[in-house]
Amino acid sequence: MKVAISSPDGKFDTQFSSRFGRCDTFIFVNSKTRDWEAKPNPAAAARGGAGAQVVQFLSNNGIEVTITGRYGPTAFSALEAAGIQAFVAGSGTPEELLDKFLTGELEQVNAATGPELHG
Amino acid sequence: MIIAVASGKGGTGKTTVATALAQALSRADISVSCLDCDVEAPNAHIFIRPDLGYSKNVELLIPEVDAELCTGCGQCAEVCQFHAIVVLGGQTLVFPELCHGCGSCMMVCPEDAISEAPRKLGLLEGGLSPDGINFGHGLLNVGEPMAVPVITQLKKWQDHNNSEAVILDSPPGASCPVVESIRGADFVLLVTEPTPFGLHDLRQAYELTQELDIPAGLIINRDGIGDAGVDTYCKEIGLPILMRIPLEWEIGQGIAQGKSLLDIHPEYEDAFCALYTQIADLATTRGSQ
Repeated sequence: MKVAISSPDGKFDTQFSSRFGRCDTFIFVNSKTRDWEAKPNPAAAARGGAGAQVVQFLSNNGIEVTITGRYGPTAFSALEAAGIQAFVAGSGTPEELLDKFLTGELEQVNAATGPELHG
Repeated sequence: MIIAVASGKGGTGKTTVATALAQALSRADISVSCLDCDVEAPNAHIFIRPDLGYSKNVELLIPEVDAELCTGCGQCAEVCQFHAIVVLGGQTLVFPELCHGCGSCMMVCPEDAISEAPRKLGLLEGGLSPDGINFGHGLLNVGEPMAVPVITQLKKWQDHNNSEAVILDSPPGASCPVVESIRGADFVLLVTEPTPFGLHDLRQAYELTQELDIPAGLIINRDGIGDAGVDTYCKEIGLPILMRIPLEWEIGQGIAQGKSLLDIHPEYEDAFCALYTQIADLATTRGSQ
């Protein structure tokens, strides 16, 4: 599975970013091989609609699972339409969060968890 | 002549000044319109006391996608500058609250699958005040982020009247709603308080008037508090200080009771009429350069 984890600096072993729409970077990681790469978030500085833009970007890159701190309403409905599974975490590095995801310790969300225009 | 009252910082006295100017001109038999462009928190009607007999919905045309005709090609998503329309999993989604209503998605759709449907953003209300001010304001729906179209339509709506003076009470800040409010004005009357905070935001508001190439002047409200920073700044950049309204218990108390500045101090009428003449001079001098 191709997993995207929000990150402030594009590193695999530093604290992840709890922001979704406007995080600096996404770590794209293959959950089987653990091969990962950092992809700059094209919506980081969007004037508006970062949530929708970011999901379009993730969907175009074949992402199936996202892990971040919270999801706004726009991002969440877009994720739902794209068929991307959304998980939330409190803290951890992308590496640790991937392990937690694989062992089923992360919470999957079924509705927006944050207010609009705050990602 | 169109005069926009703006400030940067909120709560400096824009509405106090805008309503006093409108009332002074009206009492001096100058035909005047006053439009409250602060559609997120309009309050000028409290002081002007118009009979709001006229109202009109503000709507924005947003896309509606016919799923039967849509092939999911994504051209609409590509053209949208605001990511209000996206194609995900072959499905085209519209996010109404992000849409600015430009119509580009409808124009580029090769399948003619997009039509436009109105979305209500707010309301315009208007009417005459007891002293003959042609008043109008916009009310943005609660939770609605799209203030600009309400301001645009408010300004257009009142274009139909032939007032000699149009006073626009702008929202605070220096972002899109302020730009939309002061755009097309002949003069921007800035209002600040003489504090570091007031000065910080005054700079932004003043720079905006420069960017839009509109002549500006300043009223210092609550004069006597703070420091000399605003005065120094005005001297540096050549921004004329047109009036000073002192910090006064009586004014604050009266405003809190819903009285206008002229209700509290009728003697300000002459000062505001003189201000209007001065503004007219500044606006025309600048215009003839």
